[in-house]
This record gives sequence, C-alpha cells and structure tokens, in this order.
Amino acid sequence: MPERGNSRPQASPVAGCHGEAAAVVRPPEGKRLIKVALAGQPNVGKSTLFNMLTGLNQHVGNWPGKTVEQKLGYCSLQEATLELVDLPGTYSLTANSEEERIARDYIIKERPDLVVLVADATNLERNLYLLAELLLLPAPIILALNMMDVAASEGLEINLRALEEALGVPVVGMSAVRNVGVRELLAKIYELACDPSTFRPVRPQMRPEHRHILAQLEVLLGEHVPHPYEPHWVALKLLEGDAEVTALAQQWLPPETWQQVHSLLLRHEDAILDIAGGRYEWIEGIVNRVISSRRRSEFSLTDRIDRYATHPFWGVLLLLAAATLSFLLVYSLGSPLQGLLEHYLVERLGEWLFSALAPISPWLAGFVVDGVLAGAGTMVTFVPILAIFFAVLGVFEDTGYMARAAFVMDRFMHAIGLHGRSFLPLLLGFGCNVPAVVGTRIIDSQRARLLSVLLAPLVPCTARLGVLTTLSAAFFGRKALVVSMSLIGANVLSLAALGLVLHRFIMRGEQLAFIMELPLYHSPNVRTIALFVWHHMRAFLVRAATIIVAASAGMWLLSTLPTGEISGSYLAAFGRLLSPVGQIMGFDWRLMVALLSSFVAKENSLATLSVLYAEPGQAVTQYLPQAITQATALAFLAAQMLFIPCVATVAAIRQETRSWRWTLADIGLLLILAILGGSAAYRVALLLGLPG
Amino acid sequence: MDSAVPLVMLGPGEEGTIVECQGGHGFVSRLAAMGFTPGSRIAVLSNYGRGPLLVRVHGSRVALGRGEAAKILVRPEVGPNA
Repeated sequence: MPERGNSRPQASPVAGCHGEAAAVVRPPEGKRLIKVALAGQPNVGKSTLFNMLTGLNQHVGNWPGKTVEQKLGYCSLQEATLELVDLPGTYSLTANSEEERIARDYIIKERPDLVVLVADATNLERNLYLLAELLLLPAPIILALNMMDVAASEGLEINLRALEEALGVPVVGMSAVRNVGVRELLAKIYELACDPSTFRPVRPQMRPEHRHILAQLEVLLGEHVPHPYEPHWVALKLLEGDAEVTALAQQWLPPETWQQVHSLLLRHEDAILDIAGGRYEWIEGIVNRVISSRRRSEFSLTDRIDRYATHPFWGVLLLLAAATLSFLLVYSLGSPLQGLLEHYLVERLGEWLFSALAPISPWLAGFVVDGVLAGAGTMVTFVPILAIFFAVLGVFEDTGYMARAAFVMDRFMHAIGLHGRSFLPLLLGFGCNVPAVVGTRIIDSQRARLLSVLLAPLVPCTARLGVLTTLSAAFFGRKALVVSMSLIGANVLSLAALGLVLHRFIMRGEQLAFIMELPLYHSPNVRTIALFVWHHMRAFLVRAATIIVAASAGMWLLSTLPTGEISGSYLAAFGRLLSPVGQIMGFDWRLMVALLSSFVAKENSLATLSVLYAEPGQAVTQYLPQAITQATALAFLAAQMLFIPCVATVAAIRQETRSWRWTLADIGLLLILAILGGSAAYRVALLLGLPG
Repeated sequence: MDSAVPLVMLGPGEEGTIVECQGGHGFVSRLAAMGFTPGSRIAVLSNYGRGPLLVRVHGSRVALGRGEAAKILVRPEVGPNA
C-alpha cells in the first residue's frame, strides 16, 4: 500500500533526486517508473521546478520533427523513479501554436501517469484557465501552486485546503526557487500515481445556452472518434473552433455527418467566447472562495520599473545601455579568456603534437595540428564567450527584463518579420555569429526564430570586422573609416532587405498577433541561470563539434593536396574554375581562394591573401595594394562581409533549424548576396573613378 | 450613456469592462486564454498614442499591439473625476 505523504520517513524522496545526478540520462532499473508531465503557463517557474527535480540528470532535445525544445529528466524516489517531461509553456490547449499542439498531443497520446500543473500563486485566475482545459484530458492532475512567497508578500492569502476542495484536485503550495514544498509535491505525486482512482475533479460546466449543442455534437461524433481521443473533448474543441481538431473531425466523419456538424458549428460561431467566459466564471467562483485578503498595492515595484522600462523613449535608451553593457561584458571578459585558451591550450598542444608527429610524417603532423586540432581548438575557444553570453541572456530572461526588451523593440523588428526578442541575439552577433544563432532560442515564436537564425550571419562579426579594418586601412588610407562604415551599413541594410523578402514572399504564413505577457520582476536565481548556461553550451559543443572538426580537416586537405602548397592545391584549382564568377567582381583566382578559405574562419582570408600574394621582404599591407586595384579591393571587402558564414556558424544554424535544407538554402542565399554585393561594389567603385 | 469603445481609446489609468472581442477564432481564443473575455475588467497601464499598449487583465500585465487592441471593445468605467 502507498504510504501517506505526511508520515513519510525523513530520508525523503528529494534527497535521492539530484544528489546522485549522473551525467548519463537513463531510468534506474528495478523501480517502478512513473511518467509525469509538467504543464504550466509561461513564466510560472516550471523550468526552475524541473531543474530542481532532475538537476543534471536531464536531456534536452527536440520534440520529434519539431523545432520546439523537449526536456526529459529523471528523479529517483525511494520506491519509484519519476520520468519528468517538461511540456512547453502554454496559456491554453487550443491549437493556436505548435507548443500548444505538442503539450496536448503528449497528454492525449503518450498518456502520462499524471500531470503536474505548475501555477503562479500571484495570478491564480489566469493560471486556473489552463487547469480548466487540462481537466478535460484523460490524466490525473496535481496543482503545484508556485511562488507562494511572492503571493504572501503581495498580501494574498490563499486557502489551499479550500482550493483543493473546490477543485477536487490535490494542491501543493510551494516556492521552487527556495526549495519549499518540493518534498510534499513528490509525496503527492507518488500517492496519486499509486491510486489514480482517488482523483475526482470538479470540472467546469458549460453555460446552459450551449450545453445542448455540445450534446448534439457528441451524438453526431459518436463512435467515429478513434482512440485515444474522446468525443466530449473533440466536441468541445470543435465548438471552440480549434483548427487542428476541425481538420481531424472532417477526416473521421462520413461526408454527410460532417455536413451536419459543420452547419451546427456555423450557427454557433460565438461559442468560443461563451466557453471561455464560462471557464472564467467558474474560476471567479473558486477564487472568491479561496483568496481571503487581496490587498494589492496599485503601484508595485514592477509598475514603478515598468514606467521607464516600457517607455517608448526611456525604454529604448535603457535597453541600449543594457545591451552595450552586456556586449562589453561578453567580449571584454570573454575575448582575453579566448586568447588565453588559444595560446595555452591550442597553440601549445599544437606545437607539442607537431614536434611529436613530424618525425613520423610531416604531412600527418600538418593534418592533425592544422586540420583537426585547429577545428577542435575553435570549439574550445568559443567556450568562454558562449558561457558569458548565455549567463547574460539568462539574467535578462530570469529577472523578467527580456519581455520588456522585446516590448520596446517589437515595433522596429516587426517590420522585417522579426520579434522584439530577436534584437538582443542579433546585436550580440557583432561579436560573434555563433552565440547570436544559438541565442535565438529565447524567441518564442518559431517563425521569427527561424528568420532570426537565417539573418544572423549578415551581422558582421569581429573576425570580419578585423579583416575589414586591416584591409581598408591598407587600401584606402584616410578614407578607410568611410569605407568600413559604409560596408557595415550595407550589411545591416541587406539584413533588413533579406528579412523583408523572406518574410513577405517565402515564409508567408499569417502574422501572429502581438499579445505578450510581462511577468513580474524578480531577482535572478543562480541555479536556474547556471543550468541555462550549461544546457545551451553543451548542446552547441556536442552537436556542432563533428561538423566543425570535419570541415576544418576537409579544408586543410583541400588547401594542401596534392602538392603541399596552397597555390597548387585543389582549393586553388577550384578557385581558378570559379574565376568567371570572380571576374564579375574584378577578382582573379587568388581572391576567390581567399574568399573560399574564410569558410573555416573569417580571419583566414587575410592569411590566405598574404600567402598567395607574398613578396619577399615586404609587409602584407605593402604588397597587397600594389597587386590589387582599389575597385577590386572594395569588391572583395563587400563580398567577404556578405559571404557564407564560417563553419562554426553553419554548424550552429544546422543545430538550431534541425534542417540541412534551411541551412543550405541560407548558405545559397548568402552566396548570391555576396556575389551581387561584390559586383555592385566593383561597378560603383569604377563609376566613382577608383582605379580598376 | 456608456457605450462601448475600442480599447485603444482608453488612456493610461483608465479602466473598463470588456464587451466584445472581434476577429477570427484563432485570435479570439488566444485572447481568451490570456484573460480577455467579455465581462472581464481591464485597466490600461500605458498608452502613448502609438506603439503597443500595456494593460492589466485578470491580475496579469499584458502587452497588446494597437491593431489587436482596436478589436477589443470596452465599456469605460465612469470614474469619480469623469
């Protein structure tokens, strides 16, 4: 028999949870496995609770065939093991978004043993709306009322026992960040999983006006509804105008029955508001009974901060200040660390490996050090920058500021199909495109996220800016600054233009309405942020490693074989093959090769140029201007600023889009853009009278 | 008398009761899930005449585009100083 939660011995289930967190994610054997789904609206602390329960014993992947993140983890109790699935945060379970479809499909099709609804105690009304929807699905539910401490500090007193009675659902009051109530929740999970028959919820009733319509629909649907769907739920979703269920019902029903259903639905198009209104009436009745005091100061801290943070002028100024500070923090702290890693780890190891391998075969030594190790080293040197970058994003997200940043930027970003949340990752892309691409995870609209990923390579990163400043100083002397600024401006303009085109013509689809919740501000939680950093870093390092190392090794082979010199290599042969394309931009084969070599790392183009044009006894900034005309140089700079992203960015794009098709399409687009940009720059330079 | 006006017409600090939400099913059900249903009380926190509005509904702060706010009809509350 299951034990009662209260009489549980003190060697509690929680102790075993993340304490023994192994790096390997798998269910321990021999114990009963209880499948628990965590559901909840956004910003209720659901991820905090998930992290609390699973610690490092979790796996972050994607829902099959989707770009939405799926988190799965294990937590072992004394008598059983919990398999926890963190469902996407959703306000309701109507098929308005991919997240909502995933959440409800999981409950309907995978049939978890129970669902824990994590709710924000400070916002009981809206959170119970999701409960009203969940109660229609075939799973027992526990209501985990999180942020009880915040509610108490706002003067809200919630009678948990009364709430439990009114809902007929087990209720646990908790504060996940403070580890309060977690133990009790685990006890209740075990209790309910052992005896689901004790679950007797009070479900919201429909308003009488539509009750008979619902009954009629249920009769029509009859036995046409296949397992695991239930006719009552399907009928209700039809009345709510749920697009996915409507399409399913049309498939299931014989045409004449569908006609009847369809005309019934047409006559009651207003039912959705009635159903939703009915739910809020049900909720209001409950809330009035369980909240005894409601002393809410009209001007809370959040309101006072928001007066500036969401102001059309001060808000933008504040965001720019915050972004500048983050940028400085990421790169002033991260870049020196990156340099140190590069020097002490990659270079030292390289020297040692080279001297060890050179006696055996100089060729092998070159391949291992300049091909494989160089690729692996690139990965390692990304670690500090990525870690700081994600820590900054984590703080913005966890404090609630991210929503404000999105709010003030949304107007500007919407015009090119992006989301307010696209702004920060793209801005930080001026440092490096890799974190920009990976950082788009904070964008909750899937379309806007994909678009941000595809556009991110057009933000000029420091490597490209380095090549730009070095070469424009060598070629254009006092006009170097004007040239550099115009080319950076051209990149930003092409980003906007490409965004507009992709948004309008290729990705089409309806524009999602702008409705966004602004959560209460709260102080950041170190544990939440640390796990945020860890998961994002690990995902990138593990998945991108193979692509980066393989591409780096491959490029080394191409630029070395068969002669051992880059000028006689396959890469050079390829460059010569492409010289008709190069001619449009005024390039000879050497410039084409330099451009191609920037694929491994953007700064390589400079190194390649210096090798290919080398004049003995002269510095690179001297002999290049003698060999290359100003018009060609401008075209080269324009093309290298727009050229296909470096391999690390390509790996990141592939990882974030989960699609080689989008990745290759993006590479193709940028390639075309680079050729167009390069030849346009060449023509403009000739028109301006620069020597060609 | 107190007739319904689009939500965009309400200034900061003004309150009212939602009378109607217009638009397609998808839009209306998204609104409903965020707490915008007929009969709900709503307070405008900020409205600068352009750009999105910030409102409080069912205890939460929600940002709404102007186009979206134009589709929500509200009966303004007659305040003590109105």
